[in-house]
Amino acid sequence: MADKKIKIIVAKPGLDGHDRGAKLLSRIFAEAGMEVVYTGLRQTPEMIVEAALQEDADVVGLSSLSGVHSHFFPKVVELLKEKKLDDVLVVGGGIIPLEDIPELKKAGIAEIFGPGTPTPTIVDFITGNVRS
Amino acid sequence: MTIDYAGEVLQGSPRAVARVISWLENEDELARPCMESLYPHTGRAYVVGITGSPGTGKSTLTDKLTQHIRKKGLTVGIIAVDPSSPFTGGAVLGDRVRMSEIAQDPGVFIRSMATRGFLGGLSQAASKVVNVMDASGKDVILIETVGVGQDEVEVMRIADTTCLVMAPGLGDAIQSMKAGVMEIADIYVINKSDRQGADQLFVEVSHRVDQDVHIKGRNRNRSWIPSVVPTAAVNDIGITDVLDAILSHQDHLEQTGTLMEKRRERTRQQTLQMIHHEVFSLLRKHLSESGRMEQLVDAIMNHEQDPYSVVQQLLSEWIKVPEG
Repeated sequence: MADKKIKIIVAKPGLDGHDRGAKLLSRIFAEAGMEVVYTGLRQTPEMIVEAALQEDADVVGLSSLSGVHSHFFPKVVELLKEKKLDDVLVVGGGIIPLEDIPELKKAGIAEIFGPGTPTPTIVDFITGNVRS
Repeated sequence: MTIDYAGEVLQGSPRAVARVISWLENEDELARPCMESLYPHTGRAYVVGITGSPGTGKSTLTDKLTQHIRKKGLTVGIIAVDPSSPFTGGAVLGDRVRMSEIAQDPGVFIRSMATRGFLGGLSQAASKVVNVMDASGKDVILIETVGVGQDEVEVMRIADTTCLVMAPGLGDAIQSMKAGVMEIADIYVINKSDRQGADQLFVEVSHRVDQDVHIKGRNRNRSWIPSVVPTAAVNDIGITDVLDAILSHQDHLEQTGTLMEKRRERTRQQTLQMIHHEVFSLLRKHLSESGRMEQLVDAIMNHEQDPYSVVQQLLSEWIKVPEG
């Protein structure tokens, strides 16, 4: 059997048009040896979950800077469960107030990475928690 | 409870299709029994290759073409290949960005794949992935290659119809005279035709097509004259012409019997490749695990043995050609 690669969907749900961070992280994940499916801006949770399904993704990484995380991130987790993709690791990042994080984690987002997080922390979290 | 993946693929389950494709990519041993069950259900889909240099508009054309094919009531499978890093093995697969309009259509299945070191513009597993999508009931399968240079022509060995996407501004008339990727097109798509230089490119490519007819003549195998189709894919201009050209080519292949010849040649190549791959993997595994590979490398490095006789020695040990 050849090396199994970690496949990660990087997506920006909602309408905010700032994807510099999401693009940089895509490159960082590729540099860490992952296969990154970058889906682009303005994704609905349904589109993100459909991509995860068709790509057989191990991880979904969500980025939001516009304050829509409390609605969109849990919605993605919920739809993944509906499609029986409950072993997919979901992580998030962007501009997310600290007081929102416990609620997001309760909804099934495994970790939230705010501004200034050292990128190896994100990569290590993913490689350490992804399904085997 | 074990899931019958082959059965699920035949029912068209996207989740099963996705998982079997992963097995193929990872060369997981679970793939083989599944592919054995699927094979009898393949050969129905029409396979179209879309190739061309980086940035010429392959993904955008794939997106628009898919929308037009869907309007005809046909389902579509898309294999979109992007390059793997030769250093880290990672990849950024960005073809989905242009395909958001079709991303949720239940009649469309999109799979991004990394080359994982395979040369020629595709990934090793691509031809097998075609079989999975075919067995799942997709009518048309579009294979979008990595952005190619001049010599990546693998797609023509998988596709029934190969489209070469070109854009103005990437070279003069000499480029259109060259061998390699310029030769494999059944259809030349001159994309970004609203930009400066597109008319000139159209004329240059049309000249090449005329010259090919003049130089190579027209016999049974060369009876198709490639179409040259201007498009502005991002504005949905010329896409119906591309689809018409694909359908004409399909009709031509069927009328002349060359479709079956093409597929026979493909089957021959793919079977040989599978034999090559399996025999090589088996030998490599045994030589590495037994430590013999290193002994052989030492002996060759010290000039105690030469690699030519080593290979012959291994062959005589491992491979017995049956008599008769």
